[in-house]
Amino acid sequence: MNTLSDKLLGGKQGAVGLAILALMLFVVFPLWLDLFRLGLLGKYVTYAFVAISLVLLWGNGGILSLGQGMFFGLGGYCMAMFLKLEASDPVSTKIQTTPGIPDFMDWNQLTEIPFFWQPFKSLPLTLILVLLVPTLLAFIIGYAMFKRRVGGVYFAIITQAIALILSILIVGQQGYTGGVNGITDLKTLLGWDIRTDSAKYILYFTNAGLLIACMLLARYILTSKFGMLLLAMRDKEERVRFSGYDVSNFKIFIFCVAAMISAIGGAMFTLQIGFMSPSFVGIVPSIEMVIFAAVGGRMSLIGAVYGTLLVNFGKTMFSETFPELWLFLMGGLFIAVVMFFPDGLAGIYEKYAKQFKVNELVSSYLAKSGKKVAKLIGEKA
Amino acid sequence: MFGYTMEEVGNIVVMQGFSGLSLFSVLLLMALGLAIIFGQMGVINMAHGEFMTVGAYTTVFMSKLAVKYEIVDSYFIFAIIAAFILAFFIGYFIEYLLIRHLYKRPLDTLLATWGLSLVMQQIFRSTFGAKEVSAELPEWLLGSFKPTPDIDIPINGVFVMVLALIVTVGVYLFMFRSRGGLRIRATMQNRIMAGAVGINTQKVDRLTFALGCGIAGVAGAAFTTISSTGPTTGSLYIVDSFMVVVFGGAASLMGTIASAFGIAQAQSILQFFMTSSMGKVSTLMTIVIILMMRPEGLFASKVRK
Repeated sequence: MNTLSDKLLGGKQGAVGLAILALMLFVVFPLWLDLFRLGLLGKYVTYAFVAISLVLLWGNGGILSLGQGMFFGLGGYCMAMFLKLEASDPVSTKIQTTPGIPDFMDWNQLTEIPFFWQPFKSLPLTLILVLLVPTLLAFIIGYAMFKRRVGGVYFAIITQAIALILSILIVGQQGYTGGVNGITDLKTLLGWDIRTDSAKYILYFTNAGLLIACMLLARYILTSKFGMLLLAMRDKEERVRFSGYDVSNFKIFIFCVAAMISAIGGAMFTLQIGFMSPSFVGIVPSIEMVIFAAVGGRMSLIGAVYGTLLVNFGKTMFSETFPELWLFLMGGLFIAVVMFFPDGLAGIYEKYAKQFKVNELVSSYLAKSGKKVAKLIGEKA
Repeated sequence: MFGYTMEEVGNIVVMQGFSGLSLFSVLLLMALGLAIIFGQMGVINMAHGEFMTVGAYTTVFMSKLAVKYEIVDSYFIFAIIAAFILAFFIGYFIEYLLIRHLYKRPLDTLLATWGLSLVMQQIFRSTFGAKEVSAELPEWLLGSFKPTPDIDIPINGVFVMVLALIVTVGVYLFMFRSRGGLRIRATMQNRIMAGAVGINTQKVDRLTFALGCGIAGVAGAAFTTISSTGPTTGSLYIVDSFMVVVFGGAASLMGTIASAFGIAQAQSILQFFMTSSMGKVSTLMTIVIILMMRPEGLFASKVRK
């Protein structure tokens, strides 16, 4: 049991970091921010799913996927299709030529719901598909590429092309996908209104909980033997292969896991923001998400989450006040991180934390307060 | 076939084929630069499209000057040269500042040059405005000639194609028939040996990168004859040009030409019979599937790595 918890939390240091993050997400932010800002934060947290998937895939596996946005988008679209079908019941769409189908289908002269929308009538099936569709796509791409030992740069370029294909396809097939506007006007989940204040809080907390759960899963993968192999593959792929491991299978597996984690983020995005559009699928969002992970630290799960939140808060603040400057800053940040801080915020923290012995301080403080808490509980009991 | 008579289909194929040829020429010029930078040096230059935009804006700027001094008929040649030189020097500078620190980390070059492309796009937007601008074309580039009453071939397309062919031959001669090209190939094949026989490999790197950027500048000049230029023009072509280079086999000049031709033709003919987005999707999809089956590209050099 002890070893399992060690593996999940990544030792004392990892546990402390995770606890602080959880404290921020569950207590500090909800108390500090108003509902509007909290909604924004919720949106950023959904991007953090993609960032941690990139930590697994890119930081530890050395596989740079420039198509994580497409898994995020697919997860989001699966969720949005379910919500859209629920929002377009015959009563509320009775002014359409064909009542009971989503509005954009009606505008595009469709008279019935296309076959691939049918499974999204049921919630359990939708939830399965949210996870399954992106994972399956990742499996197909991964199988085709890694079995032929395509990696590195080529993999990055081809995933980018696939992301481009998917976004053009979604924009082009307006009648089936809602086109460039995406799927909008989502209202209820099984009759539960997702636009009320209380629903927003519930969704925010669910989202944060899922993020922590995904981080635990990722931590478990990284601290297991598989995580060691992943690192080994990144640094000396040939050597791992000659030791008798099937490198391609490991790569396919981690690519699928990363796709699934991104898809959860996408589905939560749709639920919280109430729409999904192709602007989250294409090349630009996919690369931006790589920026988040790079700024936070490509090797650190916790760093990637902070990186995502910081970059996005920066983006919101700057693009409100100096929209002109934002692209300079974003581009400059990117160049600077890559050139001078390849390990991102987490790397900087590690460097200075060692100097000032922050970790010892924090853990000794926590140990003390832990004893106090234990005493308190003991007294009450 | 789709409700057209055979003769009409023939005409459409010829005309779309020619419009594909202008796309082919721009793609080829873009891909030639990229084939040098990516295929030879292994640097993933995501800002390559922005170097094309540099060339395009240079041409537009020159055309404004030409209108002022009333030399519209002859400025275009100078515009091409200016586009090359400007893109060349910016490339030289960028290599010195940025790229040379990242040769050992190819994936990081990708990210850094993406950052660079964002910065360059914003510079274009702040300097030239977000609106698209177009060059004043000389009289002899406008219009079209008609071999039969139904076929209509724009002259600017033919011009761009001739330009692309001249540049291709130039690149071939430079790379395979000159001392400079010999130095580049020697450095890229075996850096240590090249250094040992007295080649200044760092200088070669810088010039190679700059040359690739310069060719992208020429692509931009060619681009102004067929379309207008905006800050994000280059980024629309970047994925296509990468696909051209990868599909053709990264180190092969013939492969680059063949795949640029194939991709451009497929796109422009399919776009007539399907919607434009579906034409693009099916072309890209086919390339991706072929690349999955044959990752080394069409004309891979048979070298063991």
